[in-house]
Amino acid sequence: MEPYRPQGKSSITTSSTTNLPLYRSAPPLEVKLEDFELYAIDRLRVLKGISDGLSRGKKSEEMEERVRELWNTNMKHPQASEDVNKDIISHFVLRLVYCRTEELRKWFLSMETILFRHRFLYAGSESQKQVVAELGLPYKPISYAEFEAVKDKLVQVARLFGLTVPSGDAIYYKVPWEEVPELVAGRRIFLHKGYAYITMYQVVSLAATQFRSYLSKALSLTNRKWTSTIREQEKNRLTPIVEALCTSYLGPDYSQLREYGDVSIKDLDQIAKSSFPLCMRHLFEKLKEDHHLKHGGRMQLGLFLKGVGLKLDDALAFWKAEFSQRVGAERFDKEYAYSIRHNYGKEGKRVDYSPYCCQKIISSSPSVGDHHGCPYRHFSEDNLRAALGKMGVNNRTMDDIMDKVRNRHYQLACTLTFESIHGLSCDAGINHPNQYFIDSQKVLQSKNNSTA
Amino acid sequence: MFISSRFKRTELAEPGGKGNFPPKLLIFPQFLSRLPPFLFLITSLSPEPNPSIPVFRSNFITCFPSVSLPFRSVFPFAASTLQQFTGAVAKMVTAAVENQESDMVEGNEQKPKNIVSDGFDANYLKIYYGKLFPHADFFKWMSYGNDGKHPGSDQSYFGRREFSFTLDNDIYLRFQSFNSLSEMENSIKEKCPFKIDIGPVYSVDPAKRHAYAGDNVFTPVERELVFDIDMTDYDDVRYCCSGADVCLDCWPLMTAAIKVIDTTLRDDFGFNHILWVFSGRRGVHCWVCDGKARRLSNEQRAAIAEYFHLYQGNESSRKKISLTGPVLHPFLARSYIEVLKDSFESQLLCSQKIFSTEERYEKILDMIHDESITSELRGRWQDNRRPSKNDVNSVRWEQLKNMLQSGKHKAKGTRRHVEEIVFSFTYPRLDLEVTKHMNHLLKAPFCVHPKTGRICVPIDPEHCDEFDPTTVPTVAQLLEELNAADMEVDSETDWDRTSLGESIRFFRSSFLQPLLKSCKEEIESSHNLKVQQSKNSLSW
Repeated sequence: MEPYRPQGKSSITTSSTTNLPLYRSAPPLEVKLEDFELYAIDRLRVLKGISDGLSRGKKSEEMEERVRELWNTNMKHPQASEDVNKDIISHFVLRLVYCRTEELRKWFLSMETILFRHRFLYAGSESQKQVVAELGLPYKPISYAEFEAVKDKLVQVARLFGLTVPSGDAIYYKVPWEEVPELVAGRRIFLHKGYAYITMYQVVSLAATQFRSYLSKALSLTNRKWTSTIREQEKNRLTPIVEALCTSYLGPDYSQLREYGDVSIKDLDQIAKSSFPLCMRHLFEKLKEDHHLKHGGRMQLGLFLKGVGLKLDDALAFWKAEFSQRVGAERFDKEYAYSIRHNYGKEGKRVDYSPYCCQKIISSSPSVGDHHGCPYRHFSEDNLRAALGKMGVNNRTMDDIMDKVRNRHYQLACTLTFESIHGLSCDAGINHPNQYFIDSQKVLQSKNNSTA
Repeated sequence: MFISSRFKRTELAEPGGKGNFPPKLLIFPQFLSRLPPFLFLITSLSPEPNPSIPVFRSNFITCFPSVSLPFRSVFPFAASTLQQFTGAVAKMVTAAVENQESDMVEGNEQKPKNIVSDGFDANYLKIYYGKLFPHADFFKWMSYGNDGKHPGSDQSYFGRREFSFTLDNDIYLRFQSFNSLSEMENSIKEKCPFKIDIGPVYSVDPAKRHAYAGDNVFTPVERELVFDIDMTDYDDVRYCCSGADVCLDCWPLMTAAIKVIDTTLRDDFGFNHILWVFSGRRGVHCWVCDGKARRLSNEQRAAIAEYFHLYQGNESSRKKISLTGPVLHPFLARSYIEVLKDSFESQLLCSQKIFSTEERYEKILDMIHDESITSELRGRWQDNRRPSKNDVNSVRWEQLKNMLQSGKHKAKGTRRHVEEIVFSFTYPRLDLEVTKHMNHLLKAPFCVHPKTGRICVPIDPEHCDEFDPTTVPTVAQLLEELNAADMEVDSETDWDRTSLGESIRFFRSSFLQPLLKSCKEEIESSHNLKVQQSKNSLSW
């Protein structure tokens, strides 16, 4: 097999000083084509594992454990000296794989940043310092007088997050808040006059932000290079590998279904009852009840219905039938029809939007008047019990489900619901409302066939 | 003789025909098949001093299929010059006021009967934009010191800003841009928009965006950090009105929001140039205009929005707000102590009668997850038939507080419920999306709200308690004041003789002047830096 020579060189670097590379430039290495693919798959296992962990709502400490474990099982090379190379090569291969669309880039960027974050946390202070220096982070330690002046507030924030209360020799850094948007968003720091007071521990956030923005730029560059030259040049060699790599792991894209167009409006009521997951069933019922849904709800349900196979014309008719009872047909045409057509890629950027997956729904933040989101996460226990009861979940399973919910395993809770209603196990787990729907339809069809 | 507004329009529109307005409506069938039904392409020849070089402009105009396009009514006064017109209408307004008692013309069914005091009429806009709207201040603001006087100023700055006009019948003109004060002023006076929205500053002139299509060259580069607070989002915690209505009983919700956000933007984020504006009906807008704020990325904007955001629960969760952790974040603690607690206890508690009926107090008991407490309180409140000289709401609130904060229940962590209740009823509810993205449009200050006719006047955050949304001048009132005053005086300061004067003076002295001063300093120092750098590179 012909070796891949990214830069036509054949030297092997041995001078890697840190075990936490920033992936500034592609390695001048020779890589065997099979390694090219195998390394990438190993790294994908890690990233996919992180993504799964997130969608199960894992807490930060649990994630830390998980990431370390994933890394050690997948990314260790038999020869320890090769670890760094494997790390770098696999990163650059996946960069190529995930540079090609906005959605792929976004996923890769998030997962790589989380990976970097956790690796940074357990990298040891020497590596940390080195990375911080390499990233050129602009922070200054605050003086003792300044510390005393804001000490009360720092104590308040530290207590809020269960950290040790800072004492006289605690080191705090002062950075412009714009550098640490993550910490600001989570109210994890004390803010004063435009400066965030961060602990050494939080420096990781700084590092991760820098890493992320650098990688984001690099990905767009790679994408430009990919579309302009690499794809064509490597048509017979790398392109097939690259193209196969991402689909093998992201799961099916529910925006283009084989069953597309199979569902008509009159069937909706019936299939909503039999095969919609709770989140969609709830939205569907609320829509029928109130003849209205707010934006988040319209997006979540609308794209799901598209994935189920409701054609654009039917979708317009369906939404209009409901909304016009509340706002009138004229206002519907004026204010709402556009966004439905937009969802189907007929307006604006003309992107055929994909239905939301569980992770996206779980991480949404429904507010007053909203009905979207994941019921297992966003409902109160009483409401969830009532809703599940209505779906026909028995009491014993109910307790199991509540148990999963309390441990924030929302997708597992949904899977249990599926199993309870359909009376058979679902080993793959529920990752997507449309997957729930399709699996449910399959079960029902096979039941019908066997009774017929 | 009473002149109905409809009649006036037609009469005033008669002199038209000389100019090249109203625009021609061109509908291309081939476009229609691909575009949504409500997108038409309207091309117009904009009025141009030299008719031999007409400027050809094309605008995508969104209008809707159910609405026919009566251009007469859209651009009723296109060709009439301002002088002819303002005089004429002003006189008519006077006439109408004088005669409103005696004359009621039939066939005027949908127009308000009392045309001066009641809100809004498209005709008023022409005079408002002609005589009162502070074009020059507006231009100075949006230029941020880039006025060409300083070598370091950016001449193209103002011209890259998107304005969006909403005309009669919901016709939207997006991506309007102007290269000078006079260009902007003329366009506003000529089109007489019902609403002016301000968008971001783009990388290139938004009117020429199609020339850069496909290359991602046309992107927003600067935009004020904005906040939009709308009273409708508080419908579950106000009992006096709902939807679009506001009154003095619920307005304290807005006052509390202004105080919390203003203090936080200044003390925590270090911003200085903040403009608060009444949205004309039921809410407020906030414009943070510091250079630093204008250059924030979407991610940083989202971080600010999240910093302010408290999870409010949704329709299916029991709790509205939950405050976890052993203490409150310093920002929330300050908001509670300095603003929310007082706003709740001394204003909203009684004005909204929060505990007055069973349905209302049940909603609060629902937030307390301790059966023993809720049943005891419920028992007391249901039996409580004795008339008390104190307000029932205050009495019940004190009882609830005592119960939750008593030593008996302290261990169960129920103390926090008091704060949670106050936060649920008073904490600002932001439209997060508006804040998070650079390219959201927001209505410009000093617009006239098309439904109420009220002017979107600035609000002084330091005296926001005194602000009364029900006495904000309407356009009709201003015109009346203008009429009453002497017409002979210099037209530059017409506004000074109306109740708009106070607002404009406040806008200038408290917002515009300090803002421009710091913009100049910023331009100066970045220019010096550049000069220094180029000197350094020359010396090598």
